[in-house]
Amino acid sequence: MIEAHDLTRRFVVRERAGLVRRRKRVVEAVAGVDLQIAAGELVGYVGPNGAGKSTTIKMLTGILVPTSGTVRVAGLDPVRRRIELTRRIGVVFGQRSQLWWDLPLADSFDLLRHVYRVPRDQHRAQLEQFGELLELGPFLATPVRQLSLGQRMRGELVAALLHEPEVIFLDEPTIGLDVVAKAAVREFLLEVNRERGVTVLLTTHDLADIERLCRRLLIIDRGRVIWDGGLDELVERYGEERTLVVDLAESRAPLEVSGARVVRIDGPRQWLRFSRGETTAAALVGAVAAEAQLVDLSVEEPEVEEIVRRIYKEGV
Amino acid sequence: MPLDRHRPPVRLHWELARRGFRRYAAYPGATIAGLFTNTFFGLLIAYVLLAVYETRVEVGGYDVVEAVTYVWLGQGLLSVVASFGPTWSELALRIRSGDIATDLQRPLDLQAAGLAQDAGRAFYQLLFRALPPFVVGGLVFEITLPDDPMRWLAFALSVVLAVAVSFAIRFLVNLWAFWLLDYRGSLALAMATTSLLSGMVVPLVYFPGGLADVVRALPFASMLQAPIDVFLGEELGGSTLVVLALQLLWAVLLLGLGRALLAAGTRKLVVQGG
Amino acid sequence: MGDLAGIYARLIGARVRSQLEYRASLALQFVGMAVLTGIDFVAILVLFENVDALDGWRLEEIALLYGIATISFALSDLAVGHLDLFPQMIRDGTFDQILVRPLPSLLQVVASDFSLRRLGKALQGLAVLVFALTQLELDWTAGKVFVLVAAVIAGTVIYAAVWVALATVAFWIVDAIEFVNAFTYGGSYLSQYPITIFGRWLRGLVLFVLPLAFVAYFPALVILDRESGLALPAELGYLTSLVAAGTALVAVSAWNGAVRHYRSAGG
Repeated sequence: MIEAHDLTRRFVVRERAGLVRRRKRVVEAVAGVDLQIAAGELVGYVGPNGAGKSTTIKMLTGILVPTSGTVRVAGLDPVRRRIELTRRIGVVFGQRSQLWWDLPLADSFDLLRHVYRVPRDQHRAQLEQFGELLELGPFLATPVRQLSLGQRMRGELVAALLHEPEVIFLDEPTIGLDVVAKAAVREFLLEVNRERGVTVLLTTHDLADIERLCRRLLIIDRGRVIWDGGLDELVERYGEERTLVVDLAESRAPLEVSGARVVRIDGPRQWLRFSRGETTAAALVGAVAAEAQLVDLSVEEPEVEEIVRRIYKEGV
Repeated sequence: MPLDRHRPPVRLHWELARRGFRRYAAYPGATIAGLFTNTFFGLLIAYVLLAVYETRVEVGGYDVVEAVTYVWLGQGLLSVVASFGPTWSELALRIRSGDIATDLQRPLDLQAAGLAQDAGRAFYQLLFRALPPFVVGGLVFEITLPDDPMRWLAFALSVVLAVAVSFAIRFLVNLWAFWLLDYRGSLALAMATTSLLSGMVVPLVYFPGGLADVVRALPFASMLQAPIDVFLGEELGGSTLVVLALQLLWAVLLLGLGRALLAAGTRKLVVQGG
Repeated sequence: MGDLAGIYARLIGARVRSQLEYRASLALQFVGMAVLTGIDFVAILVLFENVDALDGWRLEEIALLYGIATISFALSDLAVGHLDLFPQMIRDGTFDQILVRPLPSLLQVVASDFSLRRLGKALQGLAVLVFALTQLELDWTAGKVFVLVAAVIAGTVIYAAVWVALATVAFWIVDAIEFVNAFTYGGSYLSQYPITIFGRWLRGLVLFVLPLAFVAYFPALVILDRESGLALPAELGYLTSLVAAGTALVAVSAWNGAVRHYRSAGG
C-alpha cells in the first residue's frame, strides 16, 4: 500500500552569517528512507522533533516533492497523480483543521461529501456508523470553532474517513487531548483498521498511542529510519531492565538477592529491578521466596517511552 | 506645605514612548511595504492634481507646485498621524474583551499612557515612513520647501499638535466601545469622516468657498491639513499662530472630553460589571 | 468545469447562508461600506468644484469611468478580496490541508470567503454610474450596451486575475503581500481616472503589464465615441472580454507554477 525507496528530501536553509550576508546550507531532512507498508497495517512512526516525520508524511501525501527516491501510495505517484491520490487517502493533521471553521460540523461533512463525490446513501450510512462510534450526535449542529479540542478531533477523524479511503495518515492526532478523548481516538482507529482494513500510518509523540495501537513501529532519527519492526521485538531487544514486584507477608528490610536490586519499597511491597542478561524472572522469584514469604507477585516490562528515549540518545 | 510624595511619573511615560517606538521598529518589513504604498499613491494623486492644473493656474490658493507638495506631505504624514491602523481599535478591543478592567486597576493614567506610546509610534513613523516618500516625491516632481527656519520650527510644532489631536480623536472613537455593542460600524464611519475631513483625500482648500473655511476649522483638519498649511504658508486666517492655536485648542478640548468619557465609561463598567 | 462551478457554489453557499442570518448587521455594514468608499467620489466632486474637466474629460465622463471601475472592483473584491489573508494559510499550514483535497488549490483558496458586505462598494459605484448615464447624452447602440455590460464583467475578471497573479508572491516571500496591496488598491484608484493623466511609465504599466486600462478606460472610449490618448486604439474597448480571458489564463498559470514551486522548495 505504501512503498518508498531511498526517499530523500533536502532543504536549502538561508542563515545569517554576520551582519548582512546570508549563507546557504543544505539540510537533509529525510535521508534515504525505505518503507514497505502492506494494506491493513497499523503502523506508528515516531522520532524526536525535527527527525523528519512530518516531511515524510508530506512526501507520501503529495504536498512535498521528494528530492530523490521513489514513492508509491495505493499504487500512485503522489507527485504526478496528486488529485487522484487525494481521493484514496485521508489525512488528519493534529494541529490544523480540515473542517470549515464557522460552519456547523454537519455542514462540513456535507460539503466534504460533494468535494469527494460520495453518493448520498453511502455518505449517510458512514456518518451514522462513525457518528455512533464517536458519539458525535450532541454536537453535530455546533459550529466547529465552538467545539472543544476533543470534539473537534473526533470530527476530523470522521471527516478523513467519510470517503472511504484506503489509507489514512495521522500527524499527531492525540496532541493536546485529555485522557478520555485520547482513548476514544485510539479505540476508533483500532476499530476502523480492524473492521474495514484501512491502512493507518500515524506519527505521534505519545508512546501510549503506540502501545495501544501499533504492533509495528518505525523510529526515525535525523532523517534515517533506525528501527522498523514489531513493538514486542523492540522491548525485548532494548528493554534491558524489567521489574519484579513482590508483595511480601510483612514489611521488612530491602531484599538482597543476586542479579537484582531493590529500587522501591512501599510497606510489604518491594520493586526489584533486574537485567535480562543477568537473570530470569523465574530464577528471581525462587531467590526471593528463599529469603521471605511471598504473598503475590507481578512482572513489569520496561516502558516504551524509556526505551525510545534511550534510542534517541544513544542510537541502536 | 506637606511633602508631595507623588512626583509626576516622567520616567514612566518616557519608557512608554520608547515602547511605542520599538513596537513599530520591530516590523521593518511592514514599514517598507507601507512606505512603498505611500509612494505609489503619492504618484497617482500627484498626477491627478497635475491634471487639475492643466486648466487653472491657482486653485484654492495653491499653485501647482504647492499642490504637489501638499500631496507628498500628506502621504508622508499619513502614517505619523495614524490615519489608519490598529490604534483605531486596540483600546476598543480591550474594552469589548473586558481586559480594560485590569488596565483600570493599575495606578496608570490610561489616556496619558496611551498618548506617550502614541508619541513614540509617531516619532518612529516620522523618521522611517514620512521621510522616504517625501524625498522620492521631491526628486520626481517639483515641490516647494520653506526657506524661513522659523517656519520649519512652526511646522515641527504643528506636527506634534497634529499627533495630539489625532490621538484624542482615536481615543474618543475607541471609547464608544463602552456603549456600543457593534462598534465596527461606527469605526468605519469615523475613519471615513476623518479621511475626508482631514485633507487626506483632497486638499481642504479645494472645498467650495465658505465650506472650506468651516471644514478647516474642524478638529479633523488639525490632524493633517493644518501642518501642511503651516509648511506651505497658506494658513487659515492668514496666520500661523491662528492655526497652531486652533490645533492646541482642539487638542485640549478633545483630550479633556476623552478623560470625561473614560470616567463615565469606567463608572459604567463598575456599576454594570462590564 | 461545471463540476467545479457547482462545488464553488456550495462552498460559498454555506457562507452566504450564515451571513444572511444576521440581516440587520449585514445591511448596516453594507451601507457603511457604501458610505466609506463613496468618499472617493466625493473627492472627485470637490475637484470638479474647481475645474470643468480633467484632461478634457468632464464630470459625467469621469463618473462613467468611476462607475465601471468601482462596480468591477467591488465584485472582484467580493470574489477574491480575502486573498490578502492567504499568506497566513501558508504560515500556519492550512495550505497543506488544501493540497490533500481533490480540488484545485486556487478554487479552494478563492472559495474560502465571500463577504457580502463588500457589495456596498458596488452599490455606490452603481449610483455613480446611473448618474453618469443620465447626465451623458449618448447615442446608444447595441454595440455600446454590449461594451458597457461586458466592461463590468471583464473588469471584474481582470481585477481578480491581477489580484491572484500578484498574490502568488506570497509563495516565494510570505510577507511580500503588503506590497501587492499597493498595486491592487492603487490600481483601483487609477482606473477611476482617464489613464492619460498619468506619466508614461504608469501608462505602460496599466496597458501592457497589469491590464487595468482595459477595465474602464477603453470601454469608456467606445461608449463616449472618444479617440484613444494611449498607444493602442479605442476599438479595444470591444475586446475587453478577450483581455480578461487572457489575464485569467496568465493568473491561473502563475498560481499553478507557484504551487509547483511551493511543493518543490519546501512546504
